[in-house]
Amino acid sequence: MQLTLWTYEGPPHVGAMRVAASMENVHYVLHAPQGDTYADLLFTMIERRPARPPVTYTTFQARHMGRDTADLVRETIRDAYQRYQPEALMVGDSCTAELLQDQPADLAKGLGLPVPVIGLESAAYSRKEGFGASEAFYQLVRGLAPAPEDLAEREPARRPTANILGPTSLGFRCRDDVHEVRSLLDRLGVGTHVVAPLGARPDDLRRIPEADFNICLYPEVARTACEWLQRQFRQPMITTVPLGLGATRDFLRDVAEVAGVSPQPALAEADARMAWYSRSVDSNYLTGKRVFIFGDATHAVAAARIAAEELGFQVVGLGTYARENAREVRQAAKAYGVEPLITEDYLEVERAVADAAPELVLGTQMERHIAKRLGLPCAVISAPVHVQDFPARYAPNMGLEGANVIFDTWVHPLMMGLEEHLLGMFKEDFEFSAEAPSHAETAGFSGGRAAVRGEEETGAATAEAVEQATDTPAWTPEAEAELKKIPFFVRGKARRNTERFAADRGIATITVETIYDAKAHFSR
Amino acid sequence: MSAFPQVDSTGCRDGVLQEQGQRQVFCGLTSIVWLHRKMRDAFFLVVGSRTCAHLLQSAAGVMIFAEPRFATAILGERDLAGLADCNEELDRIVHELLERRPEIRTLFLVGSCPSEVIKLDLDKAAERLTEAHEGRVRVLPYSGSGLETAFTQGEDQFLTSLTERLPEQTDEALSLIVLGTLADVVEDQFRRLFDELGIGPVAFLPPRSGEQLPPVGPGTRVLMAQPFTGDAARALIRRGAEWVAAPYPLGVSGTLEWLKAAARAFGVNEQRVEEVTAAPVARAQAALERQRSVLAGRRITFLPDSQLELPLARFLAQECGMELVEVATPYYDREFHGAEREALGEEVRLVEGQDVERQLERLRADRPDLTVCGLGLANPLEAEGLRTKWSIELVFSPIQGFEQAGDLAELFARPLVRHDTLRV
Repeated sequence: MQLTLWTYEGPPHVGAMRVAASMENVHYVLHAPQGDTYADLLFTMIERRPARPPVTYTTFQARHMGRDTADLVRETIRDAYQRYQPEALMVGDSCTAELLQDQPADLAKGLGLPVPVIGLESAAYSRKEGFGASEAFYQLVRGLAPAPEDLAEREPARRPTANILGPTSLGFRCRDDVHEVRSLLDRLGVGTHVVAPLGARPDDLRRIPEADFNICLYPEVARTACEWLQRQFRQPMITTVPLGLGATRDFLRDVAEVAGVSPQPALAEADARMAWYSRSVDSNYLTGKRVFIFGDATHAVAAARIAAEELGFQVVGLGTYARENAREVRQAAKAYGVEPLITEDYLEVERAVADAAPELVLGTQMERHIAKRLGLPCAVISAPVHVQDFPARYAPNMGLEGANVIFDTWVHPLMMGLEEHLLGMFKEDFEFSAEAPSHAETAGFSGGRAAVRGEEETGAATAEAVEQATDTPAWTPEAEAELKKIPFFVRGKARRNTERFAADRGIATITVETIYDAKAHFSR
Repeated sequence: MSAFPQVDSTGCRDGVLQEQGQRQVFCGLTSIVWLHRKMRDAFFLVVGSRTCAHLLQSAAGVMIFAEPRFATAILGERDLAGLADCNEELDRIVHELLERRPEIRTLFLVGSCPSEVIKLDLDKAAERLTEAHEGRVRVLPYSGSGLETAFTQGEDQFLTSLTERLPEQTDEALSLIVLGTLADVVEDQFRRLFDELGIGPVAFLPPRSGEQLPPVGPGTRVLMAQPFTGDAARALIRRGAEWVAAPYPLGVSGTLEWLKAAARAFGVNEQRVEEVTAAPVARAQAALERQRSVLAGRRITFLPDSQLELPLARFLAQECGMELVEVATPYYDREFHGAEREALGEEVRLVEGQDVERQLERLRADRPDLTVCGLGLANPLEAEGLRTKWSIELVFSPIQGFEQAGDLAELFARPLVRHDTLRV
């Protein structure tokens, strides 16, 4: 038993859902109790997916358990097949159903459906989301692949081709990374054969073995499948992940070598604006900035290299929540002379961040909150994802444009160089003290005062401000207390509206009743 | 009406069609998200799986940066191997937790689907742990399992567990328990109204502190503030309390009738109620008037979610002039929902339970102006050109009482106004 407050990873069946939701014409039947349908909102709310994920749940309840839940599984599979007519069916169970041991995959196979049935072991009590995604993708690739002897002979004249494997729904920036990696392959004259699982159909998975090699773009999802393809079809795999300018150049070299083409033309043009920005004088202040890095293994290791080599930061912490891929993080940590942090406990991460005293935190959404608490600037580099990680604009992290995006994303939370320099120079001047009046105040705008009160500073400052303003009605203590119950982000507005309402009506003392009269007056 | 799709129902009870099939609801654990904010010295420890932990953090608006007052004791393979070890592990985790959070006065052990399936006895564990931490913390069990509860039913189980621990009221003096979580601001408004009406003493259940459990006995009157508190109400009745039949305090008339019912139970005459409520009623009606122009004549469907569907439908039909297309609720409780159900009339399509695929087929045929649904369905329906209102907001926002009637209507008006405003 493990005490958990927030988790970096969901359960394995959510990983399998991410693979199913990435693909087209695949349906996933999940044997799970009714509450497990919450997982749909990850896709529809975080990713703003405009359709329900292709998942049908058995949603069994206590009343089913007295009877045969296996019947419910069979019925659900039959109905889901009828309704969605998928080209391949994934079948698995969530944590509770695993305890019932109904073996839903066997039940599905017993139904004799005319499409491949891919059974998934969930291992809900020992594994997590990353494993679930990796296992689901591997089982799909394996279950749909042709026998090696059925594979057509490769045409020697055709240009080399590669599969891009690993991008998924709810992955970090996958949508735009794929676009960027395709363009890198284009620059080398290498064709993109299949991208999977994102946007692939079952037939595309069947075609994976036809390509010359595989690009294991997100090892957390694709490594198991890539290793199997290497054994089964002798397809080499590229494990270099093009995150950062240096890694992108390495990627071009490695792909060129495996593809048997020259890397030179592509390499000669492989530059990014961030390289010049990083060398420009304004970036001098970035030198030696202490940075703490935590994320999935791939993004954390890549971030450490970018930080050290491309921005001139000092890596003071490096870690991951993904135990399955901890080895890479340990190796990298050794290279940067820091102790690797391998943990799923975000409180331990918070302690490590506080101890390392970084000037910038690069992490997940969890570290963003940790940094907020510690008052540190932060940029998000890895899943678990948040609605903010699906920007409307094109924002890859991989490839040349990705290197530019990373530069902006990491540097913007820090103060700009010249600005910091000037502030350092002038910080002793009295204008920079907190007590100094703002320009708005001295110019006689009332906005300044309202803003101060909008923040609801309690105690002397507020009382004073109220007293000074002769035209402002007084607040009874009950009314003040009532106001505090209003959420802070609208409290300032509520106060202003109520005062305006009272002033307009010549009400000298604002009571609880006045607040609600004003609220009724101003509500649209 | 024959053009409208029919419910392929498995039965009909009290004019409510029964539907069974795939459900699209949260489990009862979700209620922890608002319960922990209500009871500020309580901690909620779910004994469950990684799925439970993931659900809580997803439902809680993804992630919050404070250390929350809820957590999950995640069962591992070893816990499944032997229940003896499992109990030991639970004790260890509770000790660890209480050491870290010394301010916790009440600890709820919340059962889940997996803990129920492996038959982990949390009642016994709670007794054992209360004894072990005697005088420091009280440990109470309840189930939020999806096998037994959906969404707001988690609060009902939580309240039932609390109810069993209320002290005995020794005398026959009248007292009022208002049952079901309300936002603090709403509670305070109601408390002022009860004070003015001379109704008291009034206790709100759940209380803001686990230390403030009101006594219960034959003098206790129970006024339900939320329609999903049926089991807790029955538990109070078993302890001698008397139920005060009333509509739920949504909208002007709902709130007024709710207060009048309480007044009758306390022998306060109706004229006094009219006097005390005259100003807030007038304010609320003025606020509603603005929303009515948006809502009147628009057609609305409720998918089953929060159990608030019947009283909300009543409010929107009677006070905002909306046309009800289908009103579905996860559970229909004849005893405590019957009056609200009658208020909707005979013509409305009422459904208990869900078969989500069939329901969506009906929805696509009906094409109402607004659909109230869960977060998993909202964007997909918007993408199909339907306007939606997330039901979860109705549980988190202050919507009860006179001062909130306009806000409540505005929650439904906003998606329609937004749709008319946008030019993209």
